Amino acid sequence: MVAEARRAGAAPQLVCPAGSLRALQVAVDAGADAVYLGLKDATNARNFVGLNFDDAQLRTGIRYAHTRGRQVLMALNTYADAHDDSAWQRAVDRAAELGADALIVADVAVMAYARRQHPELRLHLSVQASATTWEAIEFYRQRYGIRRAVLPRVLTLSQVQHTIAHTEAEIEVFGFGSLCVMVEGRCALSAYATGQSPNTAGMCSPPSAVRWEESAAGVEARLGGVLIDRYAPDEPRGYPTLCKGRFEVGGQRDYAIEEPTSLNTLALLPQLIEAGVSAIKIEGRQRSPSYVAEVTRVWRHAIDAAASGARYSVQPGWNAMLGRWAEGQQQTLGAYDRPWR
Amino acid sequence: MNPAALPRRFGFTVGPLQYWWPRMQMLGFYAEMAEHPAVDTVVLGEVTCSRRNEFKFDDWLALARDLAGAGKTVVLATMPLLSTEAELRTLRRLCEQDEFAVEAGDVSALAVLAREHAARPERPAFVIGPHVNVYSRAALAEWAPLGAGTWVPPLELSLDAVGHINPPGAPVPGVAGPVVTEVFAFGRMPLAFSARCFTARHHRLKKDECDFRCRDDADGLLLATSEGEPFLVLNGIQTQSAALQCLLDAGPALAAAGVRRLRLSPCSRGFVQALTAFDAVLNHGTPVGAGMEQLRAAGLPGALVDGFARQRPGMVEVAA
Repeated sequence: MVAEARRAGAAPQLVCPAGSLRALQVAVDAGADAVYLGLKDATNARNFVGLNFDDAQLRTGIRYAHTRGRQVLMALNTYADAHDDSAWQRAVDRAAELGADALIVADVAVMAYARRQHPELRLHLSVQASATTWEAIEFYRQRYGIRRAVLPRVLTLSQVQHTIAHTEAEIEVFGFGSLCVMVEGRCALSAYATGQSPNTAGMCSPPSAVRWEESAAGVEARLGGVLIDRYAPDEPRGYPTLCKGRFEVGGQRDYAIEEPTSLNTLALLPQLIEAGVSAIKIEGRQRSPSYVAEVTRVWRHAIDAAASGARYSVQPGWNAMLGRWAEGQQQTLGAYDRPWR
Repeated sequence: MNPAALPRRFGFTVGPLQYWWPRMQMLGFYAEMAEHPAVDTVVLGEVTCSRRNEFKFDDWLALARDLAGAGKTVVLATMPLLSTEAELRTLRRLCEQDEFAVEAGDVSALAVLAREHAARPERPAFVIGPHVNVYSRAALAEWAPLGAGTWVPPLELSLDAVGHINPPGAPVPGVAGPVVTEVFAFGRMPLAFSARCFTARHHRLKKDECDFRCRDDADGLLLATSEGEPFLVLNGIQTQSAALQCLLDAGPALAAAGVRRLRLSPCSRGFVQALTAFDAVLNHGTPVGAGMEQLRAAGLPGALVDGFARQRPGMVEVAA
């Protein structure tokens, strides 16, 4: 199976987000090969209220997926707390006990623990580990037995190809979803404004730090008191993720860091398959089951079409469907084709 | 607090220059550092953008030798974000030399340094840089044996957490005695990295045809909120805090956390005054208030903050 997936031209695994049991079920029904999920605590990078799995849901979810021949990958991708790493160790033990197919890890302390306690447990290197080169991925593979690495969303297509050619680990890339313009695992912007960060708390721009205010100048969105954006009455409003705000630089007010866009790599799918990408990840554990169902369905069709050997083209219906779910209604190929280069 | 854990004096490290200064300005700066008695260690190298090519590998090496000749310990830093094979080649070149210690900017560097150290254990111990994600004692204990002597914690870690990870009473063993903790104590903080160059983007230029516009911004390009509050700084692919980290009044907390060295990150104005003030307050009994006054009169490029050290948002201003 693994060797199969490594072969250039083989269909990559479709890995879909499950923020809830319902999302897991619809992802499996819509054709996901694997779903990824996290526990209800700070051990995963989507630590939101109302999201994620408790033990009973995890059991049910794993049973649901396994009965249908699909996999469950457990995201344990924040960094263990300096004062108390027991929650992370417990999560590793739970994953092994309940039969998760792999653990997605970022912290070397967690990897080392998993390797020691559960050597049979398959480990994937989380995007939060910021491994942007094959040297880094090989380091984790040789030392901690990492079987697959999720690449940060900063590499071009040719860099992805180069990385695959130089490592024995499987490579998973992001195919669709919200775009982090920063290297994952290398961003303390949220910590700077709110004290809570993806690395330590599994949160970026947390809702508890958001404040909406009416002012004479418009509706203001603040994060930790900092004005992130201000909207005219007729402007669509977005969630004030710190890097997606409008700021002033050199007298110009603009999206100075990143515009609210979504990644969509449907057009690159044949090249990704040709490069030997083993899995394609859909972002969005915080999104609704409807998002998961529709996006999964489109990508199932696309991967099947691209891997069939027949001439591949992106169906207009696919992009129309994905466009409805894209943040800011705009889609980009992200770093893969580096439009800014 | 165990008084025996108090260092005789705090050592000072001049962190790697994050900006692109013209050659003469940069050489002038390092000439001053060579003469400043409070400076123990200087970290050299391009850590922001591999396109900044005015100063080449051999130029850095020559500068390193000059500083070593002036009695300073020199560390050569690797880039925190690598994505091309060319950048990996530069990394290997840095790691293969044994004349100076190396600071690991990312895990690719750890990989190469671990190999080099295994081949030549007598080479200088390396530094685990602030952008390598070490958030617990177990993580530090995992990587220190690969050849590390110094650990610079991630910027967002509180001093309390730092003290838990590498406590003065039970430090993590490194390859040259206990691992030394060096904390980022002064300067604009590199908070995030991207493949994208925000300076070029601001000027509506492509990254590969950027005209090297970051040369115009000696302390980065200020980003303010729509109500004019300085917030962040764009520095090529890096996003920094507009405010400067300042742990001048944290002497007892630093000592309690087992911190032995403080890292000061260069800025174009007031840096020497800052260095002098840190040394005076932390090592020579000058009152914190007097030191803060000196800093506030030094024409620094931003406000002074210390939230991260106190387990608060990083932008919280210094109380003293």
